Amino acid sequence: MAALTHDTNGHHEAHAHEDEGFVSKYIFSYDHKMISKQYLITAIFMGIVAMMLSILFRIQLAWPGESSDFLSMFLGERWAPGGIMKENMYLGLVTIHGTIMVFFLLTGGLSGIFSNLLIPFQIGARDMASGFMNMLSYWLFFISSIIMLTSLFIETGPAMGGWTIYPPLSALPQAIEGSGLGMILWLSSMAIFIASSLMGSLNYIVTVLNLRTKGMTMSRMPLTVWAFFITAIIGVLSFPVLLSAVLLLTMDRVLGTSFYLSDIIINGEMLENHGGSPVLYQHLFWFLGHPEVYIVLLPALGLSSEVISTNSRKPIFGYRAMIGSLIAIGFLSFIVWAHHMFVTGMNPFLGSVFVFTTLLITIPSAVKVFNYLTTLWKGSLIFTPAMLFAVGLVSSFITGGVTGIILADSALDIMVHDTYFVVAHFHVVMGLSAVFGMFAGVYHWFPRMYGRMLNTRLGYLHFWMTIIGAYGVFFPMHFVGIAGAPRRYYDNSVFNEFDTVAHDMIFDLNVIITYFAIFAAIGQGVFLFNFFYSVFRGPKSVQNPWKSNTLEWTSPVEPIHGNWHGELPTVHRWPYDYSKPGAEDDFIPQNVPLKDGEEEH
Amino acid sequence: MSFKLVVLLVIVLGTLAIAQLIRLYEHSYKLRGRREEDIPNRDNKLNANALLVFGIALFAFFIWLMAKYGYTSRGEAASLHGENVDWLFDINFIIIFAVFFLTNGVLFWFSFKYVRKPGVKAFFFTHSNKLELIWTVIPAIVLAFIIIMGLKSWNDIMAPSENQAINVEIFSEQYKWTARYPGSDNKLGGFDYKATTGNNPLAIITTATLDTAIKYMEFGTDDGSVLGMSLLEEKLNNPKNMFIPKDRLKMEKELDSKSRLVRLLHQMRARHDSNKDVNAYDDVLETDTLHLIVDRDYEFTFRAKDVIHSAYMPHFRLQMNTVPGMVTRFKMRPTITTEEIRKRRNNPTFNYIILCNKVCGSAHYKMKMIVVVETQAQFDKWMSTKKNFGTTFLTKAEAAAPAEGVVSDLQVAVN
Repeated sequence: MAALTHDTNGHHEAHAHEDEGFVSKYIFSYDHKMISKQYLITAIFMGIVAMMLSILFRIQLAWPGESSDFLSMFLGERWAPGGIMKENMYLGLVTIHGTIMVFFLLTGGLSGIFSNLLIPFQIGARDMASGFMNMLSYWLFFISSIIMLTSLFIETGPAMGGWTIYPPLSALPQAIEGSGLGMILWLSSMAIFIASSLMGSLNYIVTVLNLRTKGMTMSRMPLTVWAFFITAIIGVLSFPVLLSAVLLLTMDRVLGTSFYLSDIIINGEMLENHGGSPVLYQHLFWFLGHPEVYIVLLPALGLSSEVISTNSRKPIFGYRAMIGSLIAIGFLSFIVWAHHMFVTGMNPFLGSVFVFTTLLITIPSAVKVFNYLTTLWKGSLIFTPAMLFAVGLVSSFITGGVTGIILADSALDIMVHDTYFVVAHFHVVMGLSAVFGMFAGVYHWFPRMYGRMLNTRLGYLHFWMTIIGAYGVFFPMHFVGIAGAPRRYYDNSVFNEFDTVAHDMIFDLNVIITYFAIFAAIGQGVFLFNFFYSVFRGPKSVQNPWKSNTLEWTSPVEPIHGNWHGELPTVHRWPYDYSKPGAEDDFIPQNVPLKDGEEEH
Repeated sequence: MSFKLVVLLVIVLGTLAIAQLIRLYEHSYKLRGRREEDIPNRDNKLNANALLVFGIALFAFFIWLMAKYGYTSRGEAASLHGENVDWLFDINFIIIFAVFFLTNGVLFWFSFKYVRKPGVKAFFFTHSNKLELIWTVIPAIVLAFIIIMGLKSWNDIMAPSENQAINVEIFSEQYKWTARYPGSDNKLGGFDYKATTGNNPLAIITTATLDTAIKYMEFGTDDGSVLGMSLLEEKLNNPKNMFIPKDRLKMEKELDSKSRLVRLLHQMRARHDSNKDVNAYDDVLETDTLHLIVDRDYEFTFRAKDVIHSAYMPHFRLQMNTVPGMVTRFKMRPTITTEEIRKRRNNPTFNYIILCNKVCGSAHYKMKMIVVVETQAQFDKWMSTKKNFGTTFLTKAEAAAPAEGVVSDLQVAVN
């Protein structure tokens, strides 16, 4: 509501807010820019934690059974007696690494940071439709993050069933110690996270639909906003299903229902549950789980569209095809979930249907890739760190995408399902792509967030360390998978007992992977330094440093409440008039009226 | 401690050093009047070149990995459907290699070629329906091919077994595998998890096993480690016994649960057709090594006792989850004996294997079973050394069935 009143007397309101207190400005802020920064800091922190967890288990995988000071320093005597990691902790680390990365960094983080920052800015709104709900969304995200982190420190350890927490393992504390209190914390954290995500998504949808400034038709919206919009719709439709999965699992655990449990004897105890199906849980989980991949990916694709177009000084190629493919991906993402379940005992006919729909999703993805490539063609490329990361995204999206074809093909999935091939595939296609997109976004919009510039050279160093490290980790991992190494194995030494050749190869590769992982992690240190240094001491930014067309660069450098002094800008053109023939500059911002006789693209 | 101190010092000093360098660098920028967002042509070109070099290095890295590790250890498929899967895998790999090299190549090449050059303006090119059509239709055609080939294989693999296939059951629990052979009738006996007792770990149903299970519920174990219903009742009802509330609650719960389960067992017993017992008694249980006959069709059914496991036999290109409360299946015909594959791989200690490929608890990574593929003669010889279920169960049950009728020790056996 606040935003609506801004429309009429925004100037006045902007001043009225300037003497607000510390708490309402920095903590319980309604301002989308501040909430975006809160998400950014939280996501960076969660990202560091999840990355550190991955380094811990990479050390275990490369040198199993060897005592490590590093492990004993972080895990202590309880979880790494004598510097050797415990089996259960390994599973706990893998689980929490996955959960934090997928949900807290890439879902909450990516949408939370950039939807919040860019939706109001780029559509010309003073703020989100509901500032209060937006604040609530962040603080619920914060609480769920705290709960998830807490679970790392409890006596029985965090959830240990893998980030997909398949029951019965996750339902029965007798099966593994992490399924006790750790799982309760995981479930409560996720329930709160889902509430946060829903509030955020509803807000984004309403804002995009209702608060566009004069002239900002849907077909003039930047691809970033389109991507956030589709993402939010996917989120609203799929997250409630995860909530139901989580609730049913909680009921199985607490109330003795049998949704997922049937005919079980665990630790000598015969359970009475009968008639439930663990496969039901998998259906519910992946009904969110697969759209989730696109919830993570689409914002990254949106951000890189904007970054690539700006830094190629060229309109994005096939604007309408890009929107069309976003919508197609969004739609198809709901009917492909069971490709995660080809060998779970699901009816094979159902499997064939999902092979078909899954491979269909390749087509809009391919269209996007080709459009990016054509955007680069005959451009005038400026390699800012953001642009490098965007190019990195296109590369990882291709590399990870093609291996998806193997996994989508049920007959081939049989042999690589749940091996490191899958781990490599999804880390490249959704992990790397999304993280690259996120970094592209941070480097590109940092001036808009803090009014200062990040250091470019450190940005270069960060990019090169990240991409070399990332490919160095995940390329070899495909081959570990093809050799038949299952994921979530604490120790691959077991291969020595039946195939010494495979054993040696897996260990060769695992050592290479771990070195690259450590290298990439050090690279993130460069980013952290650059980020926090520049927040406080970076050189002041000009209003439109990248000579970009979208509306956020017409707002004053010093962030103000309501985003624009005086009237809101009026939009006259699409956002991609770069290097338009007949124009003086190589960019024409959206609020510049068409000249006489000028055609809109 | 000193190690940590050194690490900490290095981090702090390193950070300070970089901070100083950055400030120096910023001052030099200021002196030259250059802003952070202005990327000098030199830097720009350097990054463009680096992208091309990176692209080439990436391809080289990939080719090296492919040459060195691509086909090791996976090796040739040792099953009939596996040969088909491998063929399909190779074709798909060729397609995705082509796409990978082509598109990544174009990406890095364009990044290098179209880097900003002074005086050259970007080409204003907004859309082309023809191009969009081309790169919608071509992937669609390739995918149609991939889908048709893939589904053909999938339907063959998942089709029902022929009648002469040998039925073998693979049973999974934390953290071991058990195989059950059908005996000469090629029929596996029925099962129900409630029939599980110490010497009937696979819960096979026969008249005797049901009786045993009922007795076990009612009277518990001999040594008193598990209390039956009668003893629980007696204890709870004896006014002289004192319990702390937690223990009392636990015992009451156990008694409730057992009385419900035993009722179901009684119903099952009443409906049980004892003519089917013969199917079960000639079954053979094996926990050490899964023996298979080369060039014979097998129909595997999978069961799980506690949580989800997954039977993964990488060399046979076979994988199927084992799900509690559900029976899953997979058919397979092994085509290469263990002896032969050892020669072909030039690896005298090589063995086929079943791995667990769905996280199932702390010792998940150790849950495996060796698989041996051999000739009919070798198999018969091995089988002749095995005792069938009837022999092991009935003799044990009779030996352990004293007057009180108390039977086995589930608790001890499972732990």
